[in-house]
Amino acid sequence: MKAPYTDRKYVINAIILSIGVICVFRLFYLQVIDNSYKISANKNVLRYITEFPARGLVYDRNGKLLVYNEATYDLMVMPREVKNVDTAELCKLINISKETFKLRMERAKNYSSYVPSIFEREISKETYGFLQEKLYKFTGFYVQARTLRKYPLSIAAHLLGYIGEVSPEIIIKDNYYKPGDYIGVSGLERSYEKALRGEKGLKVMMYDAFNKEKGSFRNGMYDSVSVAGEDLYTTIDADIQAYGEKLMANKRGSIVAIEPSTGEILAMVSSPTYDPNLLSGHDWSKNYYLLASDNKQKPLFNRALMAQYPPGSTFKLVNALIGQQLGVLRENTRYPCSLGFHMGNINVKCHSHPSPLDLEHAIEISCNSYFCYNFKAIIERSGFGDTRDAFNKWRSLVMSFGFGKRFDDDLCNELSGNIPTPEHYDIIHGKNKWRALSIISLGIGQGEILETPLQLANLAAILANHGYYYIPHIVKGLGKSKIIDKKFADKKSVAIDEKYFDIVLQGMHQSVEAGTGTGAKIEGVEMAGKTGTAQNPHGEDHSVFILIAPINNPKIVVSVVVENGGWGATWAVPIASLIVEKYLKGKIKREDLEKRMFEGSVRY
Amino acid sequence: MREQKNIFYNIDWKTVGLYFALVAIGWINIYASVYNDQHKYIFDFSQNYGKQMIWIICAIVISLIILMTDIKFFPTFSYFIYAFVLVLLVAVLFLGNATGGHRSWFLIGNFKLQPSEFAKFATCLAIAKYLSTLSIKIKDVKTKLVSFLIIGLPAILIIFQGDVGSSIVYVAFIFVLYREGLSGNVMLFGVLAILLFILALLINQFIIIGVLAGITLILFFYIRKRKKEIFILIGSFVLIAGFVFSVNFAHDKILKPHQKDRIDVLIGKEVDLKGIGYNVNQSKIAIGSGGFWGKGFLQGTQTKYNFVPAQSTDFIFCTVGEEWGFVGSTVVVVLYVLLFLRIIMLSERQRSTYGRIYGYSVASILFFHFMINVAMTIGLAPVIGIPLPFISYGGSSLWAFTILIFVFVKQDANRLQLL
Repeated sequence: MKAPYTDRKYVINAIILSIGVICVFRLFYLQVIDNSYKISANKNVLRYITEFPARGLVYDRNGKLLVYNEATYDLMVMPREVKNVDTAELCKLINISKETFKLRMERAKNYSSYVPSIFEREISKETYGFLQEKLYKFTGFYVQARTLRKYPLSIAAHLLGYIGEVSPEIIIKDNYYKPGDYIGVSGLERSYEKALRGEKGLKVMMYDAFNKEKGSFRNGMYDSVSVAGEDLYTTIDADIQAYGEKLMANKRGSIVAIEPSTGEILAMVSSPTYDPNLLSGHDWSKNYYLLASDNKQKPLFNRALMAQYPPGSTFKLVNALIGQQLGVLRENTRYPCSLGFHMGNINVKCHSHPSPLDLEHAIEISCNSYFCYNFKAIIERSGFGDTRDAFNKWRSLVMSFGFGKRFDDDLCNELSGNIPTPEHYDIIHGKNKWRALSIISLGIGQGEILETPLQLANLAAILANHGYYYIPHIVKGLGKSKIIDKKFADKKSVAIDEKYFDIVLQGMHQSVEAGTGTGAKIEGVEMAGKTGTAQNPHGEDHSVFILIAPINNPKIVVSVVVENGGWGATWAVPIASLIVEKYLKGKIKREDLEKRMFEGSVRY
Repeated sequence: MREQKNIFYNIDWKTVGLYFALVAIGWINIYASVYNDQHKYIFDFSQNYGKQMIWIICAIVISLIILMTDIKFFPTFSYFIYAFVLVLLVAVLFLGNATGGHRSWFLIGNFKLQPSEFAKFATCLAIAKYLSTLSIKIKDVKTKLVSFLIIGLPAILIIFQGDVGSSIVYVAFIFVLYREGLSGNVMLFGVLAILLFILALLINQFIIIGVLAGITLILFFYIRKRKKEIFILIGSFVLIAGFVFSVNFAHDKILKPHQKDRIDVLIGKEVDLKGIGYNVNQSKIAIGSGGFWGKGFLQGTQTKYNFVPAQSTDFIFCTVGEEWGFVGSTVVVVLYVLLFLRIIMLSERQRSTYGRIYGYSVASILFFHFMINVAMTIGLAPVIGIPLPFISYGGSSLWAFTILIFVFVKQDANRLQLL
């Protein structure tokens, strides 16, 4: 006899089997098909910890430290982990309001709940001390060490530049950078960013649910070690730089000093300047705003590279060389001057002096008339039938001096100046309807020509070297092996024969000895100089001077521009002279002159 | 009657083998779930795996004692054991130690004894004893009432302890009653009620009632000539509508907040992963991250690093899933299913009704534990804190399940000695 209900075992077995099958299907879905759980698991456990390398240091040419790093701490937050935090206490500790706290939490959450973001930057050492003790209370918050750029001498702000938080545009372009990273924004910090920054390291660590570290993931298989940034050895002489900044106090303008035998920039002053420490760290944005909003002084504007002036009389030297090269000018060529150059309806004024003059004396006293005649000769008598061809020849010779284009150096934001094109005159005068007289002001460095103080200093270097230059540069060695970019060792020759330089230098020497630049004289140093007055339609003319010293074995060339400084002799000449004295002699004998320069201010 | 010389005579090694396999898997995974470098020694009694090792050794001793007891002992003392456990369940309400909102433990030295674990075993004995009485017929209303009383009494006492999860397991006895002749409609209604419960929470109740009304109307046209059936039809419609209305009321007003939340999380009404959804989500992450082959022994991070709650007790299956992957999890599921089917097979070959009913009780209790626990960890059931038999850490539960299964093994070994 069959027992009752025996068949029901099949129903029960079927239920058990189907539950088992459902479980297996579900497991298959969770474990094999759906990948999101694997990602979530990694997010739970793995933390990617970036190791920031120390940024490279910057030294001057004599080994003096210009930039170093100071330790600082950022308070980081991982929004997902924030639990039961005493907001009031934390706010009090880092001195922020509750609203700010909420705002920052929102921002951090919007960025990512799983990736730490910076909550408070650059906590002071004292606050760090307090915070460290209580950090265990603030789950989800931790401190990350960082470094801050410091400038012990507080000089060369424009040159050294500054670093700032990387912008979203750069993050998109270069995946090396992550939000909150720093990048060189200007100056050396920018042009040598790759060398200075080093390479970030990455550590993949495991953390448990209580945020306790559990060691490295897969024995550090995915870790990389950070590589410290390379140090920069600059060509700057910190003493000269500091001295130049002091001389330029209360004046607008710039000083560029170059060692002509190498193209190394010894000093590059742009005034008004600022303390580079202002643009480092906590108060960056506040200070940047203050500096950037000063529209009158424009302290962030690097005049040495970006200000473009008409070169004035210093450009006569270029035309003197071109005239000789094209065979229209000789040492003994004489041109008349009757208080200026008068021809047709063109009148270029000059001051009172003996007439006619030869080339040397024309340079010495900077005769406008002489160089108008010379320029007219270049355009009309240099063997080109056509004004346009002659002009183009002249233009190409000018540009071989490095004018009208950038040097491709290691400085950021350099501007090219301007050498006018024939097309420019076509527009003004009509196609080919212009003659030498139409553009005669080019002969004395006025008109459309624009030069930067760096180009002006390079002109002095070319003269000192009798016809060649090295690209002016600011770094002479990179890293331990002190590598230098090959292009800076590449001699660049101008299209003027060496023999034509002597007479020009002779005139410049006379200019310092007896002419317009006598204020530059230093006992026991033979020098060559040339004053200039850059016409300024907006007010008082700019005072310009270039100086080469010593003349026979040039160690330093200087260009000085003092905006609204009037005659070259007033400000630019003594300042250039003091720079040379400081560099060659180490100390200043002419203390009265020095004092006058320190204290003098140019109203504008 | 023959006296057995050998206590292992005629025991079902397949069942015992499955039992030991699961216990061993349990210990390995407890070891992995709390493993850390400082405590590698497997007898480190400060760690759960060290303690579990003791519980396992004790469990083996218990199983040997059971195999040595006289075959008539448990049938004879069924009611007595049942009564004794009921006394303990009452006593624990007054003398017990409250942990985690449950007043379920007697603290004896370092050891926490949980009477509710043993109550399941006692209930199995009592229901087997009662239903195997010769004059009993399940069709009788009285039989049904007494059966529900035997099952319901411990369940209600356990609810009083605050441990709703453990009391739900008593629903398992419906399988036993079904096997013994209770109408299958009871189970069917149960399943339908659960479905309706979930639907009522997910969908607007008026839509459900509208649909039900439509179905009723269609059925009405089919059976309009049979008065009695129309009566039943309308009656059930009213009942179901009432049920649907009361679901939301029960959900909002009667369930405790954490119970409500657990249901909300399960049916996807609530997705707060940091708050109440945390447990289930982390559990799914741990299992899901195991992949096909698993991360390997001791390579799990989610359980070991405490992302998963109660990782060596209620959520031990997460460690299996994470470290042994789909393959390992499936093996465990298959082992369980084999064990359940084996016990049912053995039950069916019992000559005594007592043996059969007891066997079905064991299978049902174990199956329910397994189903609820695994379904919870993979997000198919709400979070109900009950252990996974043989695998979860815990002395009381391991011993209770050991007693449960070995009393049956003993019964089975002696099945030929007719009582």
